[in-house]
Amino acid sequence: MTEQAQPAIVADGLRKTFPGVCAVNGLSFDVRAGEIFGLVGPDGAGKTTTLRMLAGILPPDAGRASIAGVDVVRQPERAKHSLSYMPQRFGLYEELSVDENIRFYADVFGVKRNDREARSAELLRAAGMSEFRSRFAGKLSGGMKQKLGLICALIHRPNVVLLDEPTTGVDPVSRRDFWRILYELLAEGVAILTSTAYLDEAERCHRVALLHQGRLLFCDTPDSLKSKMRKGVVTIVSADPRKVRDVLKGADGISSLVLHGDGLRAVVDDGPRRAAAFESQLRGVGAPFDAIEQVAPTIEDLFVDAVGAQGAAHE
Amino acid sequence: MRLARRGLPMNDNGSSVVIEELVKRFGDFTAVDRINLSVRKGEIFGFLGPNGAGKSTTIRMLCGLLRPTSGRAQVAGIDVARKPEAVRQNIGYMSQRFSLYNDLKVIENIRLFAGLYSVERAELAGRIAWVLEMSHLRDQENLLTGTLPGGWKQRLALGCAVLHRPPIVFLDEPTSGVDPISRRQFWELIHEMAEHGVTVFVTTHYMEEAEYCNRLALIYRGRIVALGTPTELKQKSMKGELLLVECAPLGAALDALQAAPGVLDTAVFGNALHLVVQGADETEPRLKEYLAQRGIELHRTERIRPSLEDVFVSLTTERLAAKGSAA
Repeated sequence: MTEQAQPAIVADGLRKTFPGVCAVNGLSFDVRAGEIFGLVGPDGAGKTTTLRMLAGILPPDAGRASIAGVDVVRQPERAKHSLSYMPQRFGLYEELSVDENIRFYADVFGVKRNDREARSAELLRAAGMSEFRSRFAGKLSGGMKQKLGLICALIHRPNVVLLDEPTTGVDPVSRRDFWRILYELLAEGVAILTSTAYLDEAERCHRVALLHQGRLLFCDTPDSLKSKMRKGVVTIVSADPRKVRDVLKGADGISSLVLHGDGLRAVVDDGPRRAAAFESQLRGVGAPFDAIEQVAPTIEDLFVDAVGAQGAAHE
Repeated sequence: MRLARRGLPMNDNGSSVVIEELVKRFGDFTAVDRINLSVRKGEIFGFLGPNGAGKSTTIRMLCGLLRPTSGRAQVAGIDVARKPEAVRQNIGYMSQRFSLYNDLKVIENIRLFAGLYSVERAELAGRIAWVLEMSHLRDQENLLTGTLPGGWKQRLALGCAVLHRPPIVFLDEPTSGVDPISRRQFWELIHEMAEHGVTVFVTTHYMEEAEYCNRLALIYRGRIVALGTPTELKQKSMKGELLLVECAPLGAALDALQAAPGVLDTAVFGNALHLVVQGADETEPRLKEYLAQRGIELHRTERIRPSLEDVFVSLTTERLAAKGSAA
């Protein structure tokens, strides 16, 4: 792997307006070779629009997008050599077998015959799909279909991979296989940009950009994002979470309170202080609980907090 | 918004779903293999499992769409094999994929479901107003459903699924592909329904959804392999212990550790590895030397608590299951 002077993916002041809505509003970030970068945000945040502009299939109104040093607006065909874009619905042929789908994409991308067999065997093994080569794509489970889509998208060894919510509808075991393939690509020096609405996946990326209404809220590593959140999280395990919520509702210092199946999760201004206060408050009224503790905030806590603070949590 | 109650049929013991030794075979294949389960009225129950584990087959039997091979299932006090039609009148069903017609207006979708579920004329206006209110679509009933943002559509689908006030509602991956904020709002609605006595039966493989359930059953190869609250599953069901390992280079470490003694599974998490080990007490002190011998520098290790996803993966992965029992 050679160090590249310039980032593999560059978004510089990207902007796109559709009638009545500004989908992407001055977005800038870059992704280096060997890095996996997560684009995270709610529906309509601009994730898909951004990926499509970077893939060279949607021209931006303003700004610049480049892939492996090639401007995708001026030289879309050249940029496509280095690039693979996997949209939310990747075009698999359901009535073709796994092998035939892979062969089809190998033809489309002009992969040489002596290279494709080794490459497809390697990808199938990494996906845990070697024994399904002759199965029809239409007969695969949701997770396997997504993995096959990824294999097809990677058959020509692209340097840059753009993935749009690739693991939606995929079970956790297949999801881990999927991520294992992505990490193996990183070792080959590939740059990966992936969007997701699942924030636990964001934790697996090297860096994450949180997108809201077409703008970048934050962009950093998951660890530094979390350390920047100047708030604590207190979890309470209880057999009667509703009662605990009724007691704590309106208590000082809480910025969000979420009811879980066997407890609550509260984002608070001061973790240690509030945890102690909650404990005595619950004991005072005899509300049942098994444990109260402070935990590290997750990316989801951060995101909900940031978007909520903008008063835009609710349309 | 309130879900007004009416007489809810159920068992004497307050259970609204009772499953006993339920079996479904397709030819030689046993999709559901002697399942036993009881779900209380007003409970939010999560049914987890990978694709093909038997989740959907079980749900289809509970909805009266598929006849069990043997065993028994009662939903709202009704036997699903004997009175499948009666079951269907007493349940709501929402699947992310097929619930709504995108090319109909919001109000047309609601009317359609009201017709399908035979909502009484006297009640109709009130129920329509209720759905519009709970889905935040008041004064927007003439919008085309296909143009709604995902979170709104999901609430509308839920409203349509419970128009006829069923005592039990089945949700199939209700917030798949929906953003975190819409997901939280959706689950607030679900908790509110449960508070009013509606039983909620959720199937999902998203662990974020599973956290919102009061109890969870994990089904694998047709059998229930774990049952409990989310906290119980995280504390008791994991095979092995979990270590976070920061080291460099990561790729070489991953390869080396996959073959290391006492290591059951490895996964990359951003800039670190997660190891599932047989015993952290034995493995943790030996890691530094093991890695150093292979030219890998260990920066830090930390024992971490398993997430629901870790538990799910550990209980449903062949390799892990085999390695764990061989020890």
